[in-house]
This record gives sequence, C-alpha cells and structure tokens, in this order.
Amino acid sequence: MRRAILIGLAFGAGAVHLAVVGVLLMLHQRMIIVDTLTLGQAVLLLIAGGAGAMAGRPLTGLIAGATAAVPIAVLTAVMSVVPLQSIFIALSPDLFGMLTLGQGLAAGIGILIGGGAIAGMLGAGWRISPFVVRRAIGPGAIAVLIAGVFQELIQLMLQQYEGPVGEFRDFLYTWEGLSPQGGITIFIIVAIASEVLGSILRRRAARIAAHDHRRERMVWAGFALLALVLLPAVAGSYVGQVLMLVGLYILMGMGLNLEVGLAGLLDLGFVAFFAVGAYTTALLTADSSHALAHLSYWEAMPIAVALSIMVGVLFGLPVLGVRGDYLAVATMGLGEIVRVIVQSDFAAPLLGGAQGILQIPKPRLGNFVLGNPVSLFYLTLVASAVAAFVAWRLENSRLGRAWMALRDDEDVAQALGINLVRSKLLAYGLGAAFAGLAGSIFATMLTSVYPSSFQLLISINVLALIIVGGMGSLPGVVLGSIALIGLPELLREFGEYRYLFYGAVLIVMMRLRPEGLWPSDVRQRELHAADETLALDAGADAVPAQTR
Amino acid sequence: MARFNAVDVVLWGLRIGVVAVVVVGTIGTLLHNRYTAAQWFDFVVFGLTIGSIYAQIALGYTMVYGVLRLINFAHGDIVMTGAFAGYFVATPLDRSGFLNSHPVLGMSAILAVAIVTSTSIAVLTERIAYRPFRRVVGLAPLICAIGVSFFLEQTFRGMFGSAVKSYPSPDWQRATFQLLGFNVPRVDVLVIGLALVFMAGLYLIVQRTRMGTAMRAVAEDGEAAALMGIDVNKVVVFTFVLGGTMAGIAGVFYAFVYKQVYFFMGFTPGIKAFGAAVLGGIGNIPGAMLGGFFLGMVESVGPTLFLDGIGIPAPYQLRDLIAFTLLIMVLIFRPQGLLGERMARKRA
Repeated sequence: MRRAILIGLAFGAGAVHLAVVGVLLMLHQRMIIVDTLTLGQAVLLLIAGGAGAMAGRPLTGLIAGATAAVPIAVLTAVMSVVPLQSIFIALSPDLFGMLTLGQGLAAGIGILIGGGAIAGMLGAGWRISPFVVRRAIGPGAIAVLIAGVFQELIQLMLQQYEGPVGEFRDFLYTWEGLSPQGGITIFIIVAIASEVLGSILRRRAARIAAHDHRRERMVWAGFALLALVLLPAVAGSYVGQVLMLVGLYILMGMGLNLEVGLAGLLDLGFVAFFAVGAYTTALLTADSSHALAHLSYWEAMPIAVALSIMVGVLFGLPVLGVRGDYLAVATMGLGEIVRVIVQSDFAAPLLGGAQGILQIPKPRLGNFVLGNPVSLFYLTLVASAVAAFVAWRLENSRLGRAWMALRDDEDVAQALGINLVRSKLLAYGLGAAFAGLAGSIFATMLTSVYPSSFQLLISINVLALIIVGGMGSLPGVVLGSIALIGLPELLREFGEYRYLFYGAVLIVMMRLRPEGLWPSDVRQRELHAADETLALDAGADAVPAQTR
Repeated sequence: MARFNAVDVVLWGLRIGVVAVVVVGTIGTLLHNRYTAAQWFDFVVFGLTIGSIYAQIALGYTMVYGVLRLINFAHGDIVMTGAFAGYFVATPLDRSGFLNSHPVLGMSAILAVAIVTSTSIAVLTERIAYRPFRRVVGLAPLICAIGVSFFLEQTFRGMFGSAVKSYPSPDWQRATFQLLGFNVPRVDVLVIGLALVFMAGLYLIVQRTRMGTAMRAVAEDGEAAALMGIDVNKVVVFTFVLGGTMAGIAGVFYAFVYKQVYFFMGFTPGIKAFGAAVLGGIGNIPGAMLGGFFLGMVESVGPTLFLDGIGIPAPYQLRDLIAFTLLIMVLIFRPQGLLGERMARKRA
C-alpha cells in the first residue's frame, strides 16, 4: 500500500516534469486518433499504467495509478489559481485545457484521477494477464500508435497509389489523421496477425536448437536492413534526408565505437574529426575564395579521411597517458579548442571564421549529379557498408582483441605485451577516419560548412547512440542511430526536446541496461558476470535497484 | 623503447611550444606597450573576480571527487540552477526598487533562494543518479553524470525558454570605487569579498565541525570511515549540500558579473572550474581555491599578455582557448595538481 503510493508519486513527479518542461503539450498536438486520443494523453495514460504495472496487483495498481495522477491534478489546481506562465512558459492555458479536457477544474481533476486509476488497474492487469492476450494487444497498440503518429508520412507514401490501396487509405485515414474506424481496423488486423505469426514462430523456435536463434536474429536484422535500404526510394526525399542523417551518425557511431566500445577511451572531442573531414572537403572542392584547390569530390574524400586520421593520431598523442574520466575531460577540451580556433578571427583567413565556407559542389558520377537527398543517402549507405565491414573485421582482429584487453585493464594489457602506444593511437586514428568520412559527406550534403555545426553536442549525440545501442556492438550502432537520430527527426516538433530525452536516456540506460539494447555477446557476458560478483560482495546491505 | 621516445619528443615539443608562446608573447606585448596601467589593472581585477567564482565552483568538484571519486559532470548546471533561481527573485526586487533601497536584504534574499534551489537539486541528483553507482567502477558513472547535465540543462530550457535573460544590475553595483588611483567596479569588489567570506566559512566547516571531520575521513578512506561508525550516506549528502551551496552563490555572482542567464551558461564555467580543481590537486580544498584564482587570472590577463604580442588579431576571442589549453596541460603533465592530490589511491 505504502509502496504503491510511493511508486505513484514517483511516476506522478515524472508526469509533472513533462508538463512543466512543455513536452506534454507538444505531444498533445500530435493526434493518434483524430479527435479521440492524442499522443500527450496516451503518454499520461502510459505513466499511470506503468505505475500500476510496477505496483503489481490490480488493487494496488489502481491506487498507484490514482496517486500518479495526484501531482498533476495538484498542478492543475495551482494553475487555475496562480498565473504561473510568467515564470514557467509551458504552463499555458492550452495545457490547462488539455489536462482538464476543457471541462473546468473540478470535473477535470475527477477525470485525471479516475483515468489514472483505470489506467493503473489496466497496467497491473497487463502484468498478470496470460501471454496470449499480451501477444495480441501489445503489437496491436504499437501498430495503432505508429499508424497514428506518422500519419502524415504514411499518407504521403500511400498517395502514390490508386485503386484498392487508395480506397483503403480513405477508409483508414481522414485528411487530418487516423480515423477511429481506421484505428480499430489496424488494431484488429495486427493483433490477429501477431497471434497467428507468433504461434507459428513459437512452434518453430521450439524445434530449432538454441544456437540457431542467433542466426534467426541475423536473418530478421537482414530483412530490416533491406527494408531500410529500399525505403527512401519508395518514400521520397524527406525520408531520404532523415535516413541520410541516420547513416552519417551510423558512420560516426562506428568510429566512436572503436574508441569507446572496444578500446575504452571515452572521447568527448570526437566532433573535431568530423569537423576536419568537413572542412578539408570544403577547402578542396568549394567554389569560393577560401578554396585551396578545386578537386572533384572523389579526390577530396580520401584526402579528408587521411587528414582526419592524422589529426586523430595527433589528438591521441598528448593524451596517451591520461586515463579514465580525466581523458574524457581532456578530449572534450581538445574538441572545444578546435571549435574556438575555427570560429576565431585568427583562423578566419584560412577557414572563413563564423561565416564558414559556402558553395561546396555536390559529388558527380560521370554526368550524374548526386544532388537529391535520396542519392546522397545511397552514397552514405555505401560508405557505411564499407566502414561496417572494416569495423567488423577490426573487431575480430588481433588489434581488436588488444583494444578490448586495454579497455578491461591497461596495466595487465601492457604486461601481456600489448603495445599501448600503438593500439591507442590506432584507435584514435581509425575512429577519426570514420568521423572524417562522415564529415566529408556532411559537407557536400549541406554544400556549406559553419563552425556552429561542430558543437560538443554532436559528440554527445554519438556517445548517446552507441550507449543506447550497446557499446562495442555494430548492430547496436544502427539501432541507436535509428532510435536517437531518426525518430526525433521524423517527429519534427520533438527536435527541441531531443537533448532532454538524450539526457534521460543516458541516465536510464546506465541504471537499467548498461549493456545497451543490442549488446555485443562479449560485453553482455562480462556485464552479467560483473553483476553476480557485485551482488555477492554487496552482501546483505545491497538495496535492489529502484526503477523509476 | 624507440616509440616511447617519439611520444616523449612530442610531449616535450608541446611543453616547449606553449612556454615559447607565453614567453615570446609576453615580451612582445610588453615591448609594444599598447596598454595603459589602468587597462592592466582592469584585467587583474576581472581575473580575481571571475577567479573567485571559479574557485567556488571548483570546491564543489573537489569535495565530491574527494568523497566519491566521481567527476560530477553536472556541477556546472547546478551553478546554472542557482543563477536562474536568483533571477526570479532579483527581477521583481529590482523592478519594485527594493534591491536599490535595501541592498543587503535584497542580496540576502537572492542568495538564499539560489542556495536553497541549487542545494536541493544537487542532493536530488545525488540520490537519483549517483547513489546507485556508488560501487561501480568504469565509465558508467561518468556517462550517467553527463546525462544528468543534459537533463538539467534541457529541463531549464523547457521551463524558462531558450532566450538569454538579462540579469538586473542595480545602481549601487554599477558604481565604482577608487583604489590606488584606479576605478574598481563595485560588483567586482562585492563578488570577491563575499566569495572570500563564504570560502573561509566552508573551510572552517570542513576543518572544525564534526561533519567536516567525518567528510575528511571518508575522503581519506571510505571503508575505514564506515567501520568507525560514520554514516557514509549522510556524509555524501552533506558534501553535495556544501557543493550545492557554493554553486548557488557562484551562479548568482556569475550572473551579476556577466549580467545574463541562460540554460547553457553553466557548462563552460563548469569545465573550467573542473580544470581549476585538478590544477589545485583534486580533493584538496585550499588547492581548488588557489586553482580557481589562478585560472581566472590566466584567462583574464592571458589573451592580451600572451597572444597580443605574437600578433594574433582579436585575442579576446581566444580566451577559452587559453583556459582549455591550461586544463589539458594540467591533465597531461601534472594530474596530481600544483599542491598535490590528497589521495593515496591511484586513479584507474
């Protein structure tokens, strides 16, 4: 009982945070089902449901859900008395309207707490319901969510087709978004499909041996990748643009992965290599007074990569002896130094100062100009594929194993005859090569480079995505880029809150799943072994990790 | 061993290069004699002012590192929360004229609210984000701290908007003093004076009180301290309270000096103050104060003294370059700091 209330209050505090920061209202503007359910309301329900699920039984779930609604109800009441908007810009009348469903204060609070109680009970019910039920409802609800939230993109994609597809679209969607009948239809279709497919797969899974699961997973990943490759060609240039950005981050993620994931060198100045790649390409190809040469893109790119490697090694040399968290701060300082220099008047005659370098031509293949985002996406894809191959071979090479030894214990690694200087410098150099390649493509994508594009935030983005995906894991990098770069880009209004989300993701991942969403096998084994020993020596005073 | 020699050559080259820039630049600037004595005096006063702020922030880093062996990456953002809280008190007080008519009461109210806010947020971050990592070694705690930093920044951005807000600047702060025939802005004197008072108070708390003794014991050897019956959790919370208090004060002062607040303002002073803490020897409280003043001085006088002499245009833009170079040089060449680190155990 007390536990249920505490859980409820913790979740409620989270809901208030979302409201005060402005996320809730932003999400409220996204419809899932037209005039019925918005994303903001869904999030509130999910918070109450989550509290209920954590509390356990339906009755305690009901209490937890209702308690989760209390803080936000209090906030609503306070909002109706005190005009808070002059300080907290997000606490607007619109938010008040959203929280009370436009019914006024008293009825609104009733709705909030009642809704919270029901959602909490359902959340608790979800936990004790049989697997067959969950298998149908879960995917169904997710499908409705996707169909509703991305209605604009899906409608745009379906627009190209006439006939039965067109009629089906008109049935599912109105001009504004997913219609109630459409939502129900999608839910039913996906729920049944999941039920049928699920039982087939389960029967098969029982038959095949355990070690084949890995191969199975690879096949599915292959399918997903193929869909990703074909998607921009079908979905048009906006999706192409987004996926191209995802591709660039995959490239950088693989580079940082060599440094952080394999060699354990936490590098927060990674963006410097990206900048070197971009500026080299700009200086060698641009049609401006800053240009040093007028090479074609294909000539400039290898030079950019080579220069990035050199800078990477130069970057690594002074910090060879710096370890752990000091290294993170030192590399961040180096990255900031690069940015300050590029931005200053001192380097302006060479690098263009704050105005940057303009008019970088697009790459061409014969007479074909890679002008539109979709063709540039395929360029990124090829680059990523090559880089992924290199990264994969490196991971299993002598050097890769040396890196991992270095990560786990530098002194022992050295005692075993690993050349620390060489391995560390190679990690910086090769990591920088990936970032330089990404920077080079980035420069032709934007056709201009500015110092303001190379903020520390880029390093943090890349770090966040490899942590979410799983340090040291290649598929993890892809997954992380899609989740952290692609999704916020598709939900355009989300952009403003992206870093809030990243911060929360870093904290939550480190606490709940430090190995990432798709961990590398080695890493997972290590971390779980570590958990066991930790639990042993923590002994009786070990407090179970509290989840929020 | 040939390779190690190559690395040594590079490191020596780096040292010689930095020293050469400093020496040649200084001689060049002094020969040109383009700046008046009043200008140099201004640089020094500003250096002391900003240095006293860095010193206060550095104390937070150094104490937390001493007790937890954790770089509290979000400490700069705790400073920002204090500055924001102060803003929402200072603005109405300034508008109503109260801050001008009752400077002491007004400043006390601003500082009190700032301290309460930054301290509660510091304690909250410790409870939610750092405590679970007490026994974890490796990169996870630092990454979590980076997450906390972003979370705090973006929360404040969401709550109060991303625009730069201008801090009130009451008349009595803008007036100047006469000292040795030079004009000194009053706000600078106020900031330096109060900072010295607060830091002296902190030093006394750490040296003389029971809790301060417990804190030093935990910093020396956490396990032994726990065996002696010291409640380590309480000590850690106390450390964050002290650090948060200093951060709140520093935030208000920083905002009064630069006359603005925005959500990202804590980041750069945070990193620099960390450098100051390392410079003084991390875990060493007088060292952090000294490091802060030193960094402020170098940053304020350095661009003109070192860079103007070698003919670099607009050297003021490269102020951060000097601060970061100092930070990196310290991390590379003297990670134990000037006064020596008060830690027996080697960092891994």
